[in-house]
Amino acid sequence: MKPLIEFQQVCKFYPMGDTTVVAADHISFQIFQGEFVAIVGSSGSGKSTCMNIIGCLDVPSEGTYLLKGQDVGRMNKNQLAEIRNELLGFIFQQYNLLPKLNLVENVEVPLMYAGVPKKERRERARTALEEVGLGNKWRHRPMELSGGQQQRVSIARALVGHPAVILADEPTGALDSRTGREVLGMLQDLHSQGHTVVLITHDNTIAVQAQRIIRLEDGHVVYDGPSDAPEAVVTPRAAGRKGGAGA
Amino acid sequence: MTLAESLQLALKNIVSSKVRTFLTMLGIIIGVAAVIVIVGLGNGLKTYVTDSFSDMGTNTLTVSVMSRGSTRSLDAEDMYDIVAENSQYLDLCSPTVTMGGFVKIGSETVSTTSSTGVSEDYFAIANVAVASGRGLQYSDMVTRSKVCVIGAYLNQAYFGGNGVGQTLRVGGQSLEVVGVLEQQEDTLEEGGSDDCLYLPYTTAERISGAASSYTITMRDENYIDESVAALEASLYEVFASDDYYTVTSMAEMLETMTSMINILVGVLAGIAAISLVVGGIGIMNIMLVSVTERTREIGIRKSLGAKERYIMEQFVMEAALTSALGGVMGILLGDGLSAAASMVVARVMEESLTVAPTVGAVALAFGISVGIGILFGYLPAKKAARLNPIDALHYD
Repeated sequence: MKPLIEFQQVCKFYPMGDTTVVAADHISFQIFQGEFVAIVGSSGSGKSTCMNIIGCLDVPSEGTYLLKGQDVGRMNKNQLAEIRNELLGFIFQQYNLLPKLNLVENVEVPLMYAGVPKKERRERARTALEEVGLGNKWRHRPMELSGGQQQRVSIARALVGHPAVILADEPTGALDSRTGREVLGMLQDLHSQGHTVVLITHDNTIAVQAQRIIRLEDGHVVYDGPSDAPEAVVTPRAAGRKGGAGA
Repeated sequence: MTLAESLQLALKNIVSSKVRTFLTMLGIIIGVAAVIVIVGLGNGLKTYVTDSFSDMGTNTLTVSVMSRGSTRSLDAEDMYDIVAENSQYLDLCSPTVTMGGFVKIGSETVSTTSSTGVSEDYFAIANVAVASGRGLQYSDMVTRSKVCVIGAYLNQAYFGGNGVGQTLRVGGQSLEVVGVLEQQEDTLEEGGSDDCLYLPYTTAERISGAASSYTITMRDENYIDESVAALEASLYEVFASDDYYTVTSMAEMLETMTSMINILVGVLAGIAAISLVVGGIGIMNIMLVSVTERTREIGIRKSLGAKERYIMEQFVMEAALTSALGGVMGILLGDGLSAAASMVVARVMEESLTVAPTVGAVALAFGISVGIGILFGYLPAKKAARLNPIDALHYD
């Protein structure tokens, strides 16, 4: 079976003044269809860079990123926009709903860019809202909803286009622990329905909800394995392990 | 995403900030309204001038002569000869003797009436018909009859509509009213076209001196230059100098007036159009602010798969729609102001000058305002489309 997401020696450099910051340093991993993977790391570990590259918001400086077998690094901006629209569903920490649109209009935005006719996309958006339990609130504006409800709307929006990958960037970061657990529960449900879910977080307690953890530190992968292994939640440096990328 | 969807989206955004949109539009509204009113005013003026000239007949030439000593002078008989000589170009001729004195009717003095000594052909030249009684005749000229034909105003105001057979005095000379002219204006006004009096030029010459001005009609309006040249050649023979006569063609004067009005309107409309450009810059300014404010929205849209083209389309559409709406409001305002201007002119100047906005001016104003929106919306839209989605998503 071919991997859905494949990083091959991916590097990302950012020029900063005279020096160059290496945000991703030869990162390689594979994620397969139907997996629930958490990419964990502290601030500056390179997890945001990974998320941007996986999400096709950015391209690698070096190395190859294959999404469904397609080399994203060779694509132009328009093709990247198409890939984002077709294959990716984003869930953001700040929900990132459009405040002037009501819920159903928010959910149908990806379909609009995909060129789905108005009637069909309205139907699909309503269905997606029903799936996250907000079917009766479709006329409301995002600001009239609680944080947890807004995050459910953004999950509906991520799902509506039937993407290959659900990419959740700190989805519980702005929520209290109870609603955070609800949202995580929804992600687990999505996984059990067969969706591929990639969760980006700094929080180990959240990361262990995933099936597999990829731990990043200073732009390197320092752990890649099942989330129930004891070393999955231990930062290598704290454990005194060798191979930490900081050196 | 279809164009109609872009338009809907743009409309939504415009409506969601009404005050700002209105203020942004204001420059366009004022510019478009100004252009429409000015062009309308110009057209009204042109129509007014053309109408007043065509009252006189555009196929007429006016000749003024002075006498050059006793040998080289020209009287009415000589002028008739000249017209007869050039009969392939010239048709009718009438001397016009402008009388200085007031008209006296009974014990009343009428100071507004213009009294003119003319020939029997004058009414045909000036294109006015006699409503009752008779016009002037050749025999009146020969016998220097003490008769006159009066305008509808005099007839109505001083003779109660029964002027024929009555007498009045002009410059001390008692004249019998033999005819009344047809009413020429919609309302009878003191000092208007109907406040007039015509007597035989021979009679008038006795009172006010020899005729120095002639009205001549051309056979064919298409030969203005030839007609004028022929007439001038004959006059030159008499005076041996071109300092003693002038030939003016009504058509040429009309043309000159019209082109002057055109230039004036063009300059004024150009100045008004500057405010359209200023309005466009206002739109650009607001669109730039809007792009900054909506950076996050742009980031979200891009992450959801919006191509640069769609973002671009959205912002250009918004700018174009803003200025198009401004254009429509400007057109309405311009129409309103034109109607108001027509009324004010009618009231204050007692002239009927219609300020009529033309379809062309309206269409042009609308087109320009949409064009300005697209032109000045392009730069901000480009800026929006080029935003890096990662930066845009994390913008606060």
